[in-house]
Amino acid sequence: MIELTVNGIKRQVDVVPEMPLLWVLRDELGITSAKYGCGVAQCGACTVHIDGKAVRSCQSHIGEVAGKSVVTLEGLDNKDHHPVLQAWIEHQVPQCGYCQTGQIMQAISLLTKIPKPTDEQINQVMSGNLCRCGTYPRIRAAIHAAAAKKMAEK
Amino acid sequence: MGHMQDLSRRAFIFGSAAMAGGIAFGSYCGAEAAAPAAGDNPLTAGLGPNSVTFNPWVEISPDKITLIAQHADIGQGVGSVQPIMIAEEMDLDPGQFEIRFAEPSPAYFNTGFADEFAPFVAADQSPAAEEARAKTLEWLRESGLQMTGGSSTIPDTYQKLRVAGAIARETLKAAAAKRSGVAMADLRTQSGHVILPNGSKIAYVALAAEASKIPPVLDAQPRDPSKWRMLGKPMMRLDIRSKVMGELKFGIDQKTEGMLYASVKLNPNKGQPLKSYDASKARSMPGVRNILEIKNGVAVIATNSWYAMKAVDAIACEWAPSVYPAEQADHWKVLESSFKPEFLGKEWRKIGDIDAGLKTGKLVEAEYRAPYVGHQPLEPLNGIGLVTDKGMEIWVGHQSPRFVQWVAATAIGLKPEQITFHNQWTGGSFGHRLEYENVRVLAEIANQMKGTPIKLVFSREEDFLQDIPRQIAIARHRGSVDKSKIVAADLQLASTTPLKGLLERSGTPSKDPDGQLAAGLWNVYYDIPNFRATSYEAQGLSPSTTWRSVGASTSGFFTESFINELIHAAGLDPMKARIAMCTVPHYRKVLETVAEMSDWKGPLGNGRGRGVAFVESFGTPTAEVVEVTATDRGIRIDKVWVAADVGKVVDPVNFESQVQGGVVWGLGHAINCELTYAKGAVQQTNYNHHEAMRIYQCPVIEVRGLENDPKVRGIGEPPVPPAAPALANAIFAATGKRIREMPFNKFIDFV
Repeated sequence: MIELTVNGIKRQVDVVPEMPLLWVLRDELGITSAKYGCGVAQCGACTVHIDGKAVRSCQSHIGEVAGKSVVTLEGLDNKDHHPVLQAWIEHQVPQCGYCQTGQIMQAISLLTKIPKPTDEQINQVMSGNLCRCGTYPRIRAAIHAAAAKKMAEK
Repeated sequence: MGHMQDLSRRAFIFGSAAMAGGIAFGSYCGAEAAAPAAGDNPLTAGLGPNSVTFNPWVEISPDKITLIAQHADIGQGVGSVQPIMIAEEMDLDPGQFEIRFAEPSPAYFNTGFADEFAPFVAADQSPAAEEARAKTLEWLRESGLQMTGGSSTIPDTYQKLRVAGAIARETLKAAAAKRSGVAMADLRTQSGHVILPNGSKIAYVALAAEASKIPPVLDAQPRDPSKWRMLGKPMMRLDIRSKVMGELKFGIDQKTEGMLYASVKLNPNKGQPLKSYDASKARSMPGVRNILEIKNGVAVIATNSWYAMKAVDAIACEWAPSVYPAEQADHWKVLESSFKPEFLGKEWRKIGDIDAGLKTGKLVEAEYRAPYVGHQPLEPLNGIGLVTDKGMEIWVGHQSPRFVQWVAATAIGLKPEQITFHNQWTGGSFGHRLEYENVRVLAEIANQMKGTPIKLVFSREEDFLQDIPRQIAIARHRGSVDKSKIVAADLQLASTTPLKGLLERSGTPSKDPDGQLAAGLWNVYYDIPNFRATSYEAQGLSPSTTWRSVGASTSGFFTESFINELIHAAGLDPMKARIAMCTVPHYRKVLETVAEMSDWKGPLGNGRGRGVAFVESFGTPTAEVVEVTATDRGIRIDKVWVAADVGKVVDPVNFESQVQGGVVWGLGHAINCELTYAKGAVQQTNYNHHEAMRIYQCPVIEVRGLENDPKVRGIGEPPVPPAAPALANAIFAATGKRIREMPFNKFIDFV
């Protein structure tokens, strides 16, 4: 049994330690906002936060996550009024939407480190998140809007 | 979609194929049961007590209102705009109805293909063209072709869904009139209620039982667009919130009781069987429950997807070799030798005297190439299947519900009507979910695991290996310029056949030339006195299929690059010359608009360059200007301007998203994507080998929708074809280097 905390709740799973966190979340715990896209850290659709840091859950072995705190999009604090989620809705970012949960988790991490990112900083941090529908112009706009919202809240 | 040159012959071919296959296009053979027809309402069968349905798109029970999204949602917004077109007329607000995807039924035949299938270019609105389109529509009705594609979401349903909503509204009013004794003319509707003159309200759901007992008001007319509350105005897509909140379940997120997980390893030599395999290692791996042999590979059944993927990876397989050339270089050789009469697809168009024209003035010749490309939507192929003694139930996101029934049934010896299909929200498609790799193997696996629901998920690598690619093509174009004018253009291409291939795999083979090889080749609207457009169909190469914008994705690049070369040879400005040559007034307006948006004033200098391209695809004329800078780190795309005329912009925010996404799609793949074969298998198996555009390369994309076209047109695909040639033309303007082959990064660096 491997124990970890997911969205504030202690969970136990009976799987091999090499199993990626992504598949534990999806198939063992039924948490589906983290998506399988590539399995090799090329697309970012599986991005979650581990101890507050954005990571690719397809590359995080569950054995190494043991004892740590995992937050998926479902478990974000203040979810209904989260400035990044609000900005994503207001800018109607998603098309198919499959990559967007990963984009959002990455953007939240970006804005935690850099409250008011430039386009160049957005490029650097968000380029690991692939969007096949091409929502990049709206992702960029939503990040700027979320940064402004967060500033206004302070 | 294709151009039907000989309507009756084509209908005959489709018809006979349908009979032979037993399904497809609506003709179930056999006398025992009346075949479902386009006029039947499939909602009637599942209707509960005291409920009503007026047509195949509206269902009202005492508890709820359900609106049917006729098409598949592949990210283009079907699950929002189609219900809203009904809700607009019914005076329903978002939140007052549920949405369900259409089941397989000929009632959902796609009227939107009538224009694309008829053998006339889109701008031809002559009586003869319209008559052919009307005949094609009747053929579509008879055949019951239910398919999402060809940018038809709006063209197919703009009229019929608004009529469906109007009929529902008027019939509910008639029921309220009967109950209240108030004349219908004195009733109005608002927010899901009929409002009586005294201000009292009756909820639609409360009228369901009574409405079911009166004849529907079939002559109800949709409202004039000037009265729209939601359509035509910036509105919130209904799926945005649930997608942002991570609550929307895609096909891959679905789960059923007692389900096991499957992963597959299939012969990468597409379409060929398994010879032998050794699963000794896999059998003892964690979570493995079963190992199955299927027609073209092996499957592992396990307790989760990852265990299944790991175990299937450990199986050693021996494959039957490919029937197409094993090595990529030989694919190109076959194409090179396909410009011969025996491979002629069709001479699509001939104007003037091409031979004399080519001898006049200065001759320009150029060869262009476009490689195989993958679709690779981010949600990999998947599905859930359950086979019982009664038949099969399948949960899968797909663009052709009735063909899913046929493919699954054929794979396991059932009848199509024994397949119950539940369409799913999908994480993109771009043409991928018109094919059947997952459907066929899921049927085979579930059939061997009878009684157990099986969830199949392709690994990304397997998805790449089995992805039936976009067509590969070579163009050999010749033209001449004289006295600052284009005198002749002789456009010829050799290509694999995307639509023909898809139709064949759908059980409805066609012997007609592939009309998609004419798209972007024959529908050229410049005043060129001597013109010819010819396609050759290469034989024996990789299967190919429809990829966002299909034929025009390659021909648009060839044609508009070549037109640019001719304009350059004639010493003209690429924008001004196109505007001057454009023969269709409202298409000219599209070019003028993009010139105005980009403030086009000729060459920029200082390593900067602009390119323009104009392509009509799926009836939508689209012009794009791309601006680049040649930096010391390579080409940087600075900005893109797009103008497109769709007759009516129904969903403006999503319209802009579709255009921006189409440009990103077109540019990204032109810059860095190709699929190449080695030893019969595709060499690119994940996004690091087939990346397309990431955010750091994404330019600002300014969009304008025009409404001058006499018809309502689609926008999912038309922004794709002009992107690549506009970029190539911009690179030429900035550097003097002419790139004639995709992907461009083989020839020039990008930032």
